Amino acid sequence: MATGIRDKVVILGMGCTRFGERWESGAEDLLVEAFQECLQDSGIEKKQIQAAWLGTCFPSISVGQSALPLSISLRLDNIPVTRVENFCASGTEAFRGAVYAVASGAYDICLAAGVEKLKDTGYGGLPEFGSEAGPRNFLVQPNITAPGTFAQLASGYCAKYNISDGDLKRAMAHVSAKSHANGEKNPKAHLRKAVSEDQIMAAPIIAHPLGLFDCCGVSDGSACAIVTTPEIAKSLGKKDLIGVKALQLSLSNGYEFGYNEWEVDHFVTTSIASKKAYEEAGIKDPRKELSMIEVHDCFSITELVTMEDLHISKRGEAIKDIMGGFYDSTGQIPCQIDGGLKCFGHPIGASGLRMLYEMYLQLLGRAGPRQLKDPKLGLTHNLGGFPFMNVCSIGIVGKYGM
Amino acid sequence: MVGITAYGAFVPRRRLNRMAVLTSMGWFAPGLMMSAQGERGMCSWDEDAMTLAVAAARDCLTGMDRNAVDAVYLASTSLPFKDRQNSGILAAAANLKEEGLVTADFTSSNKSGTTAILSAIDALKGGDKKSILVTAADAKPTRAAWFFQLWFGDGAASLLLGKDKVIAEFKGSHSISCDFVPSYRGANAKFDYGWEERWIRDEGYTKILPQAIKGLLEKTGTSLNDVSKVIFPCYLSKRIHGEIGKLIGAGRDKLADNLQEVLGDTGSAHPLAMFINTLEDAKPGDKIIVASFGQGSDALLFEVTDAIKDLPARRGMKGSLAVRKEEDNYSKLLKWRDLIDVDMGIRAEAKKQTALSALWRNRKMVLGMVGGKCTKCGTPQFPKMRMCVNPSCHAVDTQVDEEFAHKPGIVKSFTGDMLAVSVEPPAIYGLVQFESGGRTMADFTDCELGEVKVGMPVQLTFRIKYYDEDRDFYGYFWKATPKR
Repeated sequence: MATGIRDKVVILGMGCTRFGERWESGAEDLLVEAFQECLQDSGIEKKQIQAAWLGTCFPSISVGQSALPLSISLRLDNIPVTRVENFCASGTEAFRGAVYAVASGAYDICLAAGVEKLKDTGYGGLPEFGSEAGPRNFLVQPNITAPGTFAQLASGYCAKYNISDGDLKRAMAHVSAKSHANGEKNPKAHLRKAVSEDQIMAAPIIAHPLGLFDCCGVSDGSACAIVTTPEIAKSLGKKDLIGVKALQLSLSNGYEFGYNEWEVDHFVTTSIASKKAYEEAGIKDPRKELSMIEVHDCFSITELVTMEDLHISKRGEAIKDIMGGFYDSTGQIPCQIDGGLKCFGHPIGASGLRMLYEMYLQLLGRAGPRQLKDPKLGLTHNLGGFPFMNVCSIGIVGKYGM
Repeated sequence: MVGITAYGAFVPRRRLNRMAVLTSMGWFAPGLMMSAQGERGMCSWDEDAMTLAVAAARDCLTGMDRNAVDAVYLASTSLPFKDRQNSGILAAAANLKEEGLVTADFTSSNKSGTTAILSAIDALKGGDKKSILVTAADAKPTRAAWFFQLWFGDGAASLLLGKDKVIAEFKGSHSISCDFVPSYRGANAKFDYGWEERWIRDEGYTKILPQAIKGLLEKTGTSLNDVSKVIFPCYLSKRIHGEIGKLIGAGRDKLADNLQEVLGDTGSAHPLAMFINTLEDAKPGDKIIVASFGQGSDALLFEVTDAIKDLPARRGMKGSLAVRKEEDNYSKLLKWRDLIDVDMGIRAEAKKQTALSALWRNRKMVLGMVGGKCTKCGTPQFPKMRMCVNPSCHAVDTQVDEEFAHKPGIVKSFTGDMLAVSVEPPAIYGLVQFESGGRTMADFTDCELGEVKVGMPVQLTFRIKYYDEDRDFYGYFWKATPKR
């Protein structure tokens, strides 16, 4: 009988680079930058790492395929290293590989690293793949972009709950303004400037109704974690252990875009993965029990509907909670306290690990000017792909044994 | 009895106001004033002779037995492929059978449309063919600020020919074939090269057309008095069109409208387009002459029958002309026909290679918009995959082909995307749900963002999805467009 991952593995150390337009650094350099911080934080030596996982999404524009870029950049000692790719969940997938490997007893200490170098394309936004998206996809898939597919949640959500375009636009602006306010306090964030709701609403349209400030930063960056068992961590003299409480994944099966039911108003996968994660972590009422959340705010509308799919806001009531300040830094469950994808930035393969990094800092009381008071449980959420077909990962971490 | 059993037409929604050309380029070519009146059919960036042909052919096949069609002839001077049978693409896009079907392209002359009709009639009379689809379409490439750009219009016409339920009986024909060259386009050229209009008038139109039509009357023992309408194109001007009529003894009222003010000359398609426009007003017993003008002329005589009253309703030529949006912005034509070099940005440089093996494997889905229907739970679905999409079914290998191209749908979600590479930004796309089941994420075309709403009725239309400049390959697929 499966018992889940709760508190079977703890985080020994973490590292994260400054995200942004890192013109001076290649993906290989960013991996080392995050790793050096992580290794120092863990207090172990590199040779104690027995296996490693690399998460990266677009190898063709950054490090190339296979896990060799990690093994070579970190000069690992010919240990097993695996590359994982699962859209925006790639970083969390690397973490899941390392955590499961420790939990299985196959290894004592494992490394999970994520990296993305997006700013070598020569243009804004995510890379365009053309026929390299797959020979069949290319023939029939519409001329879509990430903002264009996520933007459609707005039309679906407004139609479903009979909400005016203006009310939704204002709530989306609040989502972004809140993240900008948080990002301003984070020295590692890509975008560190407070922006008002009115500025956000007046910005040029990227994909109707999303404006420039409804879209997250496209960034370079890397983050990593070293994990082990609670016993080994204690034997290494670690106190205040941060335990992995849940790791869940849910993928679309074609239902959303193929069967006449889904109304483009929510994420089927997030709704399922979050429930499973609460069960795995022993959480009964997430609205009361979660201290903070880092969600996949690739676009403001994504964050807005995700609040309902995490079963924190009731269906159709996310706007009420958002406008009421529930998710602000001073609210009941601060969301994107580090700035989120919106302002910390979104180097795809690194993002899941970056979210865990913030939870880890907050739980250890090391988050500086944005430190929350006595957080106990934090949730991370990645959403890769498009609303109509996607990969959702959920992670929950918290103080070990609580 | 052999003759026409159905007709269909299509004209691009966009109509170029000819004055827009003069407004933009009159400083350079003031002579354009001579032909700058009225409007002409203008392809959007994702339309070409092939997409126009598919739309006309599908209109023609409305309510007809598609499975009975045993030949498809496509006539045009502006087809996308020199070596890949264009009529084969048309047949696939009309979702016709593959086995037992003959396809042929009739090209290289404005009279190719009528020649295709004559060939179809010969095949019906002489062989075992029962139903032949003849479609003619043209969207001629023309140089900027030249008369061809004003005279020619983009459009398509389609006729179904057969032996049963004939609505216009074929009574006879007379052809002249000669190497008269008003203009030509070499195999490696992008545009036509034309000779002086006065010579085209004096030695071409006013000699060859009367010779063909008089020959037809003589051969069939028909008096012009018994003919209701005489149809022939003439792109030079309305006045010269009338002069040709006088030379054969036909007054203005006997001449069919050459559609110059509202459509322009649609090349191979034009005699057929004018014929359909005439058939829409015709009465049983009307005798109609249809003549073309190219390297010679084909003149054909038809007599309308009682069966025309029973033809299922269709868009036709008048319906096509009625769906219009005036285009005053000449630079759109320049960009969409690749007549100016506009910076498209690095994002537009993505590779656009077509895997011909994948296209072959998926040809029904891509060209025919064919999905599946589960025989176990009855769920229509697109694309057709081996396992049923219905969450309470998921049966394996239970699906039969289900065509979606003609199904009405509604918008479930949408956006107007300024980031996506597009020559008509914003790129509009969204989730389309078919009323009878099934849904698909689709590009939208021929619509403005302001009119799109969740719940808006849409229909599908066959369009250019991409053009691979490096390999000179047009990729086609179906897009959604507001129901008009």
